[in-house]
Amino acid sequence: MADTTADLNPRPKSALRRLMQRKLALFGLALIAVVVAGAVFAPWIAPFAPQEQHFDGLTLEGAPLPPDARFILGTDLLGRDLFSRILYGAQTSLVIGVVANSLALTIGTLVGLTAGFFRGWIGAVLMRFTDLMMAFPALLLAICLAAIFKPSLWIVALVIALVNWVQAARVIYTETTSLVERDFIAAERTLGAGTGRILFHHILPHLVPTIIVWGTLGISTTVLLEATLSFLGVGVQPPTPSWGNIIFENQTYFQAAPWLVFLPGAAIILLALAFNLVGDALRDVLDPTQRGRD
Amino acid sequence: MTVAAAPLSGAVAAPDALPVLSVEGLTVSVRTEHGLRPLVRDLSFHVNRGETLAIAGESGSGKSLTSLAIMGLLPFPAVRATAGRIRLGATDLTALPEAQMRRIRGDRIAMIFQEPMSSLNPVLTIGTQLIEAICAHQDVSPSAAQTAALAALTSVRLSHPKRRMAQYPHELSGGMRQRVMIAMALALRPEVLIADEPTTALDVTVQREVLDLLRDLQRDLGTAIILITHDMGVVAEMADRVIVMKSGAMVEQAPVGSLFKAPAKAYTRDLLAAVPRMGQRIERPEPTTAPPVARLQDVIVRFPLKGGLFGRTVQQVHAVEKVSFDIRRGETFALVGESGCGKSTIAKAMVGLVPHQGSITLAGQTLSGLNRDQMKAVRRRVQMVFQDPMAALNPRKTAGDLIAEPLLIHDIGTPDDRRNAAADLMRRVGLSNDQLDRYPHEFSGGQRQRICIARALALKPDLIIADESVSALDVSVQARVLNLLRELQQELGLAYLFISHDMAVVDNISDRVAVMYLGQIVEMGSRAQVFSNPQHPYTQRLIEAVPVPDPAHIRPPGVRLSGDIPSPLYPAGSGPAPVVLQDIGGGHLVAQSWTR
Repeated sequence: MADTTADLNPRPKSALRRLMQRKLALFGLALIAVVVAGAVFAPWIAPFAPQEQHFDGLTLEGAPLPPDARFILGTDLLGRDLFSRILYGAQTSLVIGVVANSLALTIGTLVGLTAGFFRGWIGAVLMRFTDLMMAFPALLLAICLAAIFKPSLWIVALVIALVNWVQAARVIYTETTSLVERDFIAAERTLGAGTGRILFHHILPHLVPTIIVWGTLGISTTVLLEATLSFLGVGVQPPTPSWGNIIFENQTYFQAAPWLVFLPGAAIILLALAFNLVGDALRDVLDPTQRGRD
Repeated sequence: MTVAAAPLSGAVAAPDALPVLSVEGLTVSVRTEHGLRPLVRDLSFHVNRGETLAIAGESGSGKSLTSLAIMGLLPFPAVRATAGRIRLGATDLTALPEAQMRRIRGDRIAMIFQEPMSSLNPVLTIGTQLIEAICAHQDVSPSAAQTAALAALTSVRLSHPKRRMAQYPHELSGGMRQRVMIAMALALRPEVLIADEPTTALDVTVQREVLDLLRDLQRDLGTAIILITHDMGVVAEMADRVIVMKSGAMVEQAPVGSLFKAPAKAYTRDLLAAVPRMGQRIERPEPTTAPPVARLQDVIVRFPLKGGLFGRTVQQVHAVEKVSFDIRRGETFALVGESGCGKSTIAKAMVGLVPHQGSITLAGQTLSGLNRDQMKAVRRRVQMVFQDPMAALNPRKTAGDLIAEPLLIHDIGTPDDRRNAAADLMRRVGLSNDQLDRYPHEFSGGQRQRICIARALALKPDLIIADESVSALDVSVQARVLNLLRELQQELGLAYLFISHDMAVVDNISDRVAVMYLGQIVEMGSRAQVFSNPQHPYTQRLIEAVPVPDPAHIRPPGVRLSGDIPSPLYPAGSGPAPVVLQDIGGGHLVAQSWTR
C-alpha cells in the first residue's frame, strides 16, 4: 500500500565491467581480436605473399592442392597459398565490414531520424528518396558508382555504404516516428527543450539497440556485397585478396576442392558471429532498464 | 431475455446451496533464480450460483493472477499454480489437461477483460467472432449459430444488432465493444463469468450502462460473477460478497454491507478511507480576487482531415470550440468531461503542443505571435504533469537527471547547483536523496508521479497543468499524491489546471469546475455551484453516474442512460452549434438553452 521503494540493489558497475562479465561477449571480443591481429600482422604471420603463384602449388592435372604441411590450408586454383590469402583478405574484409557498415549506419540514422522527427515535407522528401533507392537495384547502382570512381578499397567501402544505408534509414524512421509520439518527448517539449536536445539526448539513445542490431547484422551483408562487386570486376581489384573474392574466384572448384569455399566462408561467418555476440551484449549493457537483471 | 435461443450447454443447474466454483488453498508462484516466489498465497473462496463475488485490491495484490489461474491461463511455465484446488461443480480444474480445459473455457467459465479493443480480433467482424465462439463449443448449424449470435447482441442492448454483426471492432465505441465482449461471454450461458476490471477503461456514464447491463443479465441468467476491480464504488454497487486482497493474500472476506459498515482489518479501513467520495471535502476560502495566471478566450483547436486528390481539408475534428476561462493565482481549476471531450487538447494547446486559434494568455503574454525565446520564457511559468508517469519519464535517464532537466534546458546554475536543486525537489515531494541515481523503472507508480511533480516544480512555475495525473494510480497512492499537490499549493501559491474524468476526485480538490462536452464548456462555476446545484443535464448525468462507495446508497430511479457521445467530426465549413453560457447567479455559468 505504501509507495515502497523498489528492491534496493547495490550501485551498478560500469558498462564496460558488466560487458566483461558476459562470457559470450568475451568470446566475441576474442574472435574479433584474432581477426584484427591476423589482418594487422599478416605480413609477418603469412608464410607466403598472397599473390605468389607456386609452381608446385597445383597437381599435375592443374587442380588445387588440399591442405598439407607446406600449404596448411591448401592452395587455390592459381596455386596460391590459401592461408596467406585469407590473412591478407582479413584486411580488406575488416575495412569493408567496419568502415562501410558504420558509414551506412550513420547515413541511415541521420536520414531516418530527421525524416521521422520532422515528418512534413522534409520527411516526405527524405523517405521518398529512400524508397527510390530501395527500388533501384542496389547492384546496378554499385556498378555505376564503381564505374565512375576508380575502384580502390576505400571507394568500394564508400560505394557499399551509399547502397546499404537505405534499410537502416527505413527502420530508424519507423522507430523515430513512434518515439516522437511518446509522452516523455511531449514532456520534454513542454519544458522548453530545443530540437537538438530532444533529438540527440532523448530520441537517439532509444535507437541505440536498433542501430547495434543493424550494425552487427550488416557486417556479413557488406562483406558479401563486396565479394559480389569483386566478382563483377568492380570491387577490390585482383590480385588483392578479400574473403568474398576468394570464395567467388574458387567457386568453380567447389566440388573438387571444397575447402577453397568453405574456409573463407567460415571466416566471414565467424566475424559476423563475433560482432553479433558483442552487439547483443552491448545492447543489454547499455540499457538501464536491464540493470540488475544480469 | 432474448438469449433463450441459445440452448443450454454444459450448464448443469446446480442446487443453490452448492458453490458453483470453489478455490481451496490456491498458491500461484513465479519461477525466479532464487526458486519459487509465491504471488498468490493460500487463497480460498467460493462463489454460489447467481452471486457476485468482488475481489478488490490495489495493483500487485494478485487479483488478476487469481482469475487467470481459474481460467488456466497463467503464463506457463514462468508462473503456475503450485498448490491448491480449483473446483468447478464436481470438476477439478487444476488436474485437468489443457485439451479438456479448453472445452470448459468459454463454455462453462467465461471471462471479460479490461480493454475490449485488445480482446477482439481487429480483422474479423463482430458477427464472425461471435459465431466462431458459439461453434467452438456447440454442435450447431451455421444458421443456428447466427441466430444465437444475434440474440446475444440483442440481449446486451446494443443498438442495431443486425448491423453490428457485419461491423469490425474499430467501428464501435469502447462501451459498445465491451458489450460485444459480454455478449460473447454470455452467449454460451457459462456458470461463472470472470470480469477483470470490466469498466476501468470506460467513461463513467458508459461504465454505468455496462454495470447495469451486467446486473440485469445476471438476474436473468443466474450466472455467478467474479468481479475483479480496484474501484470500491463498483464493489459497493455490484457485489454480494467481497474479498479484499493485499500482496497475494486475502485480508478480509465479508458480505458487502458489513465490509463497508464495519471493516474488520486495518488495511480495509485504510483502503476505504482513501477512496475519494463526493461531497466530502473540507471547505476553504475561495481565492476569488487573485489575478489570473492564465486566461483563455475563444480558444479553438481543430484537426483537419485531408482527403481527395489535392489533399484538401474535407472534414475537421472540432476538438475545442470557443472555450474561455480564467485560472487565478493559487486556485485549482478543474476541467471535467469524458474521453474525447477536448479537455486534454486544451492542456496541449496551453503548452504549445498543438496549434490553436483564439487567445491564450499565460503570465501576461499572449501565446500566438511569440518568438522562440519568448515562448521558452513563457514555458517556465507553466508546467505539465502527465497521466502515465512511466511514459512521461525517459526510461534511460536517472531521477536526478530528469528533475534537473528543465534547469539544464533553461541553462540555470552549474551542474552541482542543479544536482542540489534536484535533491531538494526530491525531498520536497517525499522521496529520499539516495534515489537520485535510480532509473524510473526502479520506482513504484506513485513515486514516479512524484518525480514528474518534482520536475514540474523545478522552474518554479505559476501554473501546473495536471492532465489526469492521478487517474493511473491506486486509491491510497492517489490520496497521497493529491495531498502533496494540496500542500505544494498552499506553500508555493501554485495554481492548478486539474483535468480529470473522475468526478469524486474533482469534487475533492477543485475550487472551480468547468464541465466540457464535445469541445465546449456547458457548465462552469465554483465547486459548490456545480456539484450541489448542477444545471446542465450532462453535468447531472456525469455526477449521477459515479459509483458510490456505499452499498446502502440507493440510486434514484432515473432514465436509463444509453447511446454514445456523438462524434466531434464535421465536414469542412460547418461545425457544432455554439453554446452560449449564461450567468445564473454568483458566477455560475450554464449553457443557455438549459437555463430555466
